[in-house]
Amino acid sequence: MFAYIIRRLGYAIPILIGINLLTFYLFFVVNSPDDMARMHLGMKRVTPEAIENWKASHGYDKPLLVNSEASNLGKLTDTIFFEKSLKLFVFDFGSSDDGRDISFDISQRMWPSLAIAIPSLIIGLLVNITFALLMAFFRGTYVDFTGVIVCVILMSISAMFYIIGGQYLLAKIFRLMPISGFDDGLNALKFIVLPVVIGVVSGIGAGSRWYRTFFLEEAGKDYVRTARAKGLAESLVLFRHILRNALIPIVTGVVSLLPLLFMGSLLLESFFAVPGLGSYTIDGIQNQDFAIVRVMVFLGSVLYIIGLIMVDIAYTMVDPRIRLS
Amino acid sequence: MIKPVILWTDILIFLLTAVVIAFIYYARSKPHIRAPWKRVFTGKVAAASVVVLLAFVLAGLLDSMHFRLPLESNSDSDETHYAGEVLSVLDILVGPLRTQVEKTYSAPFATHLFSRETIEQSDGSKVRAYPRLVYGGHHLDNPGHDRLADILQRSLLAVAETLLASGLLMFVMAFWLARRHRQPLRIISLDIIKGRLAIPWRTILLVLSLLLLLVFLAINLAAAYHVLGTDKVGQDVFYLTLKSIRTGLVIGTLTTLIMLPFAIFMGIIAGYARGWIDDIVQYVYTTLNSIPGVLLIAAAILMLQVFIANHSDYFETTVERADIRLLFLCIILGITSWTGLCRLLRGETLKLREAEYIQAAMSFGVPHRKIMTRHILPNVMHVVLITVVLDFSGLVLAEAVLSYVGVGVDPTMNSWGNMINGARLEMAREPVVWWSLLAAFLFMFILVLAANLFSDAVRDAFDPRTRDR
Repeated sequence: MFAYIIRRLGYAIPILIGINLLTFYLFFVVNSPDDMARMHLGMKRVTPEAIENWKASHGYDKPLLVNSEASNLGKLTDTIFFEKSLKLFVFDFGSSDDGRDISFDISQRMWPSLAIAIPSLIIGLLVNITFALLMAFFRGTYVDFTGVIVCVILMSISAMFYIIGGQYLLAKIFRLMPISGFDDGLNALKFIVLPVVIGVVSGIGAGSRWYRTFFLEEAGKDYVRTARAKGLAESLVLFRHILRNALIPIVTGVVSLLPLLFMGSLLLESFFAVPGLGSYTIDGIQNQDFAIVRVMVFLGSVLYIIGLIMVDIAYTMVDPRIRLS
Repeated sequence: MIKPVILWTDILIFLLTAVVIAFIYYARSKPHIRAPWKRVFTGKVAAASVVVLLAFVLAGLLDSMHFRLPLESNSDSDETHYAGEVLSVLDILVGPLRTQVEKTYSAPFATHLFSRETIEQSDGSKVRAYPRLVYGGHHLDNPGHDRLADILQRSLLAVAETLLASGLLMFVMAFWLARRHRQPLRIISLDIIKGRLAIPWRTILLVLSLLLLLVFLAINLAAAYHVLGTDKVGQDVFYLTLKSIRTGLVIGTLTTLIMLPFAIFMGIIAGYARGWIDDIVQYVYTTLNSIPGVLLIAAAILMLQVFIANHSDYFETTVERADIRLLFLCIILGITSWTGLCRLLRGETLKLREAEYIQAAMSFGVPHRKIMTRHILPNVMHVVLITVVLDFSGLVLAEAVLSYVGVGVDPTMNSWGNMINGARLEMAREPVVWWSLLAAFLFMFILVLAANLFSDAVRDAFDPRTRDR
């Protein structure tokens, strides 16, 4: 097991290097630091000195790959590639374009993101499985048919509609909770409820329909027929046989999402003014802060790869038929 | 004379249309291709959604023929100058909608502006009141009293026109079907009404009538009112939503069109050649997949903005600049979304490779290139088709989210995402300005719903695993 995990981690390294090179190419080669500086300073009042100053204050004034002026090892380390890209590997994120420490911001903003993402995931999972089981129990009847149609309708609605509609209906008309904002400690609870409710509701359509196919797939298998032939009640067949086996793809699917929960939800967080990583990313994009976007790209990729590895491990744990090879 | 403006996305859209038409002609003579498609169209829901989709496509195609009108020359020189504004055929068809611009917000069917203004009366005194709209309901002398009756009268006219038109439509349909099936007109008409034909013509007729009703209502009502209100700068919201159709369709279709050759080639070659080629392809798509999609798009669009800002002289009009950004967005979305299809195709090819007919072809010494194009490609096409149709609705929805994040289409371009983004903050107003949001969400919802229902039917008909169920 341990050796397997180590080997899987080994596979991840070339992928991380690839991502690093790609982001380096996108952010520094396609457009030179000069272009970035010109964009930030505005097109009109740009003097070469202003560009040089901006680059120097943000650490972009070094050569890209090889510094021929430095000595020995400095030829390679005193470059943008080393300073800005390679240091990501040791989670040294540097500072954003407006001078804040990115690592500190991330460690602060992680918690609000998790406070919303984890309840949304758990409640959403329970709700979706319940609906999917209901549809699978009544498969082939009008309940199932209507359920599927409702699911298609729900998933055809834009996520933004759920957010705007939910804010308007629950917070503005019924005044059940504040429209947006966040607070420390337990006071945050009242701010969390609405985003979680909306996050769950917007996922019901796609989620339950997807899980329903898993249940139906299991329901068509031989062991289920055997269970029924033994005279087992349909509800027992459903809960004891179908549910447990269908949980394998559901659980592994959820496991792959776990690491990405840190990143938060872009839409929910920015609509509800939650100071999490999702809104951090959006602010970075909207302020054209290249440093933040670059770090978030790297962080997201790392978390995705961790998710992939976790899925593989989870598979071997829930399904003993799968061998480590 | 008018000067045609051919945008990049226009070319690609018409290319796509041509490909689809060519495919239909090709498929007509091939029974094995026709059979699953026939299965698609026998479903009532699928047939209805196709009609709705075609209506959207028609609006999108009309909006893809661009030109610039000449300016009236005031000098004697032969050289004509053209207006900076790029128009489309749709703009001409909807006529006054484009030019009837009010001052600011007004509610649907309103005759007065949404916000109070200081009006100078004829006797010189000034009052704070809601001024009359310049165009909306300006033909009414006493709007408070006459408006409802006028709307009702116009709607009734539209209903009458619809009845007439759909009656005519049914006659044409029955006549055509009677000739095709070589049966008397009376029997075929009865078959249509009772829904006894293989293809649900009755459903199609009903949906068409409904669409006609909407069109006639729009023609009658939009001529005198702003049926969906006006936005912040007084533009007709109905016109803006119509113009947004094209953007949604372009994102939904061109993205897959652009990534398709790449995904098919890489997927098949990885599954067929195996070994180090497979390793490389797998490495490339895992790497691209692991970058969060929104962030990759954001990074690329930020870079494009820098490029456009530094090379603003490349583009003659703002429309051309917005178009390049749209095309670039499609390419980026394609880069982030081709990986899924590529992985599916690789898996499918790995399976097919062991099939006996492929083994036979190999032992006969058929060149690899030919095996891949002749034997494998046609047998994975159902995967491609299902993916293309399934991706469409997700891409239309993604456009709105990306525009909200600020990395979507150009802010000057008409799109549902930009409409939502612009109207979002107005929800805080009292009373609420809801019509822009609702119009954008409604049109988007209808398009996505139709696409989802259609894609379900396509998947059921083409996927061998679901076919038997």
